[in-house]
Amino acid sequence: MYNMDHPVLELRGVSRHYPGHRAVDDVSLQLERGVLFTLLGPSGCGKTTTLRLIGGFESPTGGEILLNGARIDARKPYHRNVSTVFQNYALFPHLSAGENIAFGLRRRGARDLERRLAAVVELVQLAGKESRRPAQLSGGERQRVALARSLVLEPDVLLLDEPLSALDPKLRRQVREELKSLQRRVGITFLLVTHDQEEALSLSDRIAVMNRGRLEQVGTPEEVYLKPRTRFVAGFLGAVNWIDDVGVRPEATRISAAPPGPEVRSVAATVESSVFLGHCLQVRARLADGAAVVSEISRLGGSFRDGEAVHLWWRPQDELRLPTETE
Amino acid sequence: MTRLRLLFLAPSAVLLAVLLAAPIAIVAVSSALTRGTYGGLGLPWTIENYARLLDPLYAWILLRSAALAGAATLLCLLVGFPMALFLTRAGRRRNLCLCLVMLPFWTSFLVRTYAWMFLLRDTGLVNTVLQSVGLIRDPLPLLYNDGAVVLGLVYGYLPFMILPIYAALERLDPSLAEASADLGARPWTTVTLVLAPLAWPGILAGCLLVFIPCLGAYLTPDLLGGGKSVMVGNLVQNQFTNARDWPFGSAVSVALLALVMLLLLTLLRRRAEELL
Repeated sequence: MYNMDHPVLELRGVSRHYPGHRAVDDVSLQLERGVLFTLLGPSGCGKTTTLRLIGGFESPTGGEILLNGARIDARKPYHRNVSTVFQNYALFPHLSAGENIAFGLRRRGARDLERRLAAVVELVQLAGKESRRPAQLSGGERQRVALARSLVLEPDVLLLDEPLSALDPKLRRQVREELKSLQRRVGITFLLVTHDQEEALSLSDRIAVMNRGRLEQVGTPEEVYLKPRTRFVAGFLGAVNWIDDVGVRPEATRISAAPPGPEVRSVAATVESSVFLGHCLQVRARLADGAAVVSEISRLGGSFRDGEAVHLWWRPQDELRLPTETE
Repeated sequence: MTRLRLLFLAPSAVLLAVLLAAPIAIVAVSSALTRGTYGGLGLPWTIENYARLLDPLYAWILLRSAALAGAATLLCLLVGFPMALFLTRAGRRRNLCLCLVMLPFWTSFLVRTYAWMFLLRDTGLVNTVLQSVGLIRDPLPLLYNDGAVVLGLVYGYLPFMILPIYAALERLDPSLAEASADLGARPWTTVTLVLAPLAWPGILAGCLLVFIPCLGAYLTPDLLGGGKSVMVGNLVQNQFTNARDWPFGSAVSVALLALVMLLLLTLLRRRAEELL
């Protein structure tokens, strides 16, 4: 029933310009069917606007949006087979959880409403809570109602705007796992927006990193973390030590008291302080030129005294090599 | 603290006592007195004035008033809800539009009602224009009928419908309407299934704010209805002026007040039950 020649969703040079501000600037993307794709970037980078352009709540000022190869950018939200899970869930407060979930099915006049409703309620584990109003549900339950309300419509793409940000931090990790396994089970393409790099890395099949309305890099979590194409991507996905214009992640920066062998790169430094983080030891050191470097080493590798003269070293393949940027 | 609170509450308490409670008390007392020989009030105490209210003539006037006020309220709602919705989406022009809604308040209600007479009468603007473009030969009977009264009431009380509905819609999360559209609802469905139910307190407040003053209106039916279209407000006015029957006028006023209070209490109780 699908035309498999096309990506399920494609953005071709999509822009949303406001007077004096380019919220989204020439963004091109392709989403393969069934993937969990993440738009990652700091607040104000245009990721939510991109999601709203796909959902149909805003109109692009340029470019094309295609769903299964057909242009949808001029269509109203109710004529697009995509569905949004809003950041605050936007559940209808006057309707029960069950009626919230049935809302879209009723608009479509679905004949097997009861069966589909029961199936999705089972899927998101809300059985027995259908008659409750949103105000009587916990944050996690509300999120599942919002998910169910969209999933039950079997959209071509499910758009999720910061789906975990409204949750209690302790709940977030658990819901993250659930979200990923849910996506695997239903097989629906998810396009998720987040500013949390850990969330993006742990959830996604592919990540698009956005900055100032533009796409900086698109790739797998490993690619964007290990082979960032810009300093912004390198820095946004995790801490980087910049040593002579070479980037090294803290966990790839090792320490030894004796000079290391010639097969690795190294630099002399002085230990400034150590912090015990449980799963690792975070050592702050200073180079001769005054630059600060952070190294995260296993606590099993021993510890270093403050003021101790050491050698920092890393393997050449762990270096982040980036083109010099003019900014 | 309590003393300070009393001090600050005192002015409004005095104002309410002198300007609201006392007049109502006077009216209530006079409704139970007998009409003097040359008008005015006299003894003995009686319930005769209330008994007269049972006369079908007066029941009919009350019913007519309720019907006209109801029609005006319904029309205000039909016009006011879309306008309130438009206001919430007017973006940068919102404040200007709000000012336009309230602009008529800057002129006397009496003057504005006279302006309607100039528009609607046989030689008025509407008839003159329609005649000059040849759409009609004889002037349409636009003035001095129930239609003119309802029109005048809608015109006069529309802002009281728009503002509370606007306030209720304004408070709603904009993503609710977006979610509704996202799930496949056309704009009309979004209004009927999401926005109107959620703005219900504002709609109810607007309807009360229009219906209650319309029920007691006397200026509009007097001027635009031409005396033919008597509403309960005109009945009261008549008893205090031409008929010189203050006790009966008071009794009609008290009955009207009681009716409105009953309506309010019923609605408020239902609202409280809904919230529980």
